Amino acid sequence: MPVPSIEERAERAREKKALYGTDVNLESYESEARAHEAVERAEELPGEVKKAALDVGVKLDAEASGAYVQMDQSPVVAKSLYEGVEIMDIASALKKYDFLQDYWWKLVAPDADKYTSDVAASPPAGYFIRAKKGMKTVFPVKSCLYLGSTNLNQRVHNIVIAEEGSELHVITGCTTPAHVQRGLHIGVSEFFIQKNAHVSFTMIHSWGKEVEVRPRTGITIAEGGSLSNNYILMRPVKTIQTFPTATLAGRGAVASFNTVIYSTMGNIDVGSNVYLNAPETSAESISRVVSMGGEVIARGRMTGTVPGARAHLECVGLLLSDKGRIYSIPELDGRSRDLDMSHEAAVGRISEEELEYLMARGLSSEEATSVIVRGFLDVEIKGLPEELRAEIRSITQREELKGS
Amino acid sequence: MVRLLEIDDLSVSIGGKQVLKNFNLRIGSGETHALFGPNGTGKTTLLNAIAGIPRYTVDQGRIIFKGKDITYMSMDERARLGIGMAFQRPPAIRGLKLKDLIKIINPHADAATILRTMDFEAFGDRDVNRGFSGGEVKRSEMVQLLAQQPDLVMLDEPDSGVDLENIKLIGSAINQLTQKDKRPSSRNKSGIIITHFGHILEYMKADRAHVMLGGSIVCSGNPGEILDQIKRNGYEGCAACLCPA
Repeated sequence: MPVPSIEERAERAREKKALYGTDVNLESYESEARAHEAVERAEELPGEVKKAALDVGVKLDAEASGAYVQMDQSPVVAKSLYEGVEIMDIASALKKYDFLQDYWWKLVAPDADKYTSDVAASPPAGYFIRAKKGMKTVFPVKSCLYLGSTNLNQRVHNIVIAEEGSELHVITGCTTPAHVQRGLHIGVSEFFIQKNAHVSFTMIHSWGKEVEVRPRTGITIAEGGSLSNNYILMRPVKTIQTFPTATLAGRGAVASFNTVIYSTMGNIDVGSNVYLNAPETSAESISRVVSMGGEVIARGRMTGTVPGARAHLECVGLLLSDKGRIYSIPELDGRSRDLDMSHEAAVGRISEEELEYLMARGLSSEEATSVIVRGFLDVEIKGLPEELRAEIRSITQREELKGS
Repeated sequence: MVRLLEIDDLSVSIGGKQVLKNFNLRIGSGETHALFGPNGTGKTTLLNAIAGIPRYTVDQGRIIFKGKDITYMSMDERARLGIGMAFQRPPAIRGLKLKDLIKIINPHADAATILRTMDFEAFGDRDVNRGFSGGEVKRSEMVQLLAQQPDLVMLDEPDSGVDLENIKLIGSAINQLTQKDKRPSSRNKSGIIITHFGHILEYMKADRAHVMLGGSIVCSGNPGEILDQIKRNGYEGCAACLCPA
């Protein structure tokens, strides 16, 4: 029997609902986007785009190893500033490199659900980032996915390859300007972290109150490789559902997922799913959720299949309002002897003792709450360059966070 | 002498259980008072009631600070009016660095100098009280008070669980907070200190001491004399001897 093509598989899954998250009516969004002119350098982008990027922590004019900016469906900047990193828009990369067929749709299935199906059926748009063998970057590659047209269905498909012994840092901000009321963003990302390569990937989401978001991410990590994956959502959104899946395929591979969410509304269903399939692998997933409203489902699933794998899940939530819900679902699936897997989950309120302590120093109840909440969200993220760490910290620290 | 704190006929209960009974105390501006007494006699309750921790319910009486009735004032208002407290067992605050807290408490404070004063530079970048040893917690409390510069500093056993070297350091910080380097007539910062064994009094100056038993003061006098009596005759013996009914 012939193997069905990507197109055939996509076609079959057109109506296939996702396992998690609310169902999105794709028909209610427009799939044709107006084209945007490419520019030579990020500095030449419209002020509105630069400002939106800055808002999600992506300083396009600061030091970087390179930049990729996509407005709606058009790649407008794809530029490497460092010889160790190759950055292209994915459509051009697919034309240039035949080898990419070995990576395209290999970690995310085109027929996984209607969203992957929709991306597979559309002309490819997204980034191709390749850290070349043995090349280490200090400054991050900065990327911004900008949904600038109301009612658009923005589809993105990214491929990231960190070749043997390389080190790569990517920061991606996904955002809409204030005037875009409604929209859909579907992002497929496939990460190939090869032998002894180290990658940090930080994604900051800032959407509108009527925007729906369905990222679909697959990651594979080879022997001695590592990934530090960080996800930050601080602004209102209508719905998000994402459950990136990482496979630790080689001996000693390491993955860590850090998730920071400040929820005021909407339906936010996020988590990570890790398979520990090789000896001496380890994985950690830490999520911190503060809810002032809306529903947050914080998932974490670790599956250990070989002796000696180590995994730890931590889901901690602060529920500060009667209007919110935090549903924490840590799952551990042990399928071998000699595993070391654990989790801790807690949902609660701010400790009175901490509030009183700060109030005894002269902080009002509101100020004390804000200080405690900011501290709670300030997750220590390992494996990041200091500059990037400071940038991420500034995002969680600058917000006006209030208690009920 | 100008009166800084005046407590009149104060009764305080926690969870329905009365701890302080018809308690009276006056502290003049520039004075530092030591409180002695066995466990459970209401010393910590007194400080917490003055600080305004909500679960300490005032059943009767009043607390006057700088001429204002603060009996029902919120904690933060009292702190901004000039009341500062070193907690006996303070909580840790995740994600809040000590040096950032210093700036929040007092934006004009010189964090580096304050940390150096308490030999605590290495802790500025640590989360407040997180993973601190007993002695480190006490120094963290002193650092915060040095930033706050309260007019009335309240210290709940600043010497418990602290080694000799750090007791000296804490004692000198208390002297600094209560302006013991100035002539008595030019001091305007006051203090209340709870101490079990009086070790700290070898390194700091207290002007007056009180013995508390069963929720009230049973005896007052010179700190050295009272401490001598307590060591010789115990708390009750001290009260009977120095202040016979």
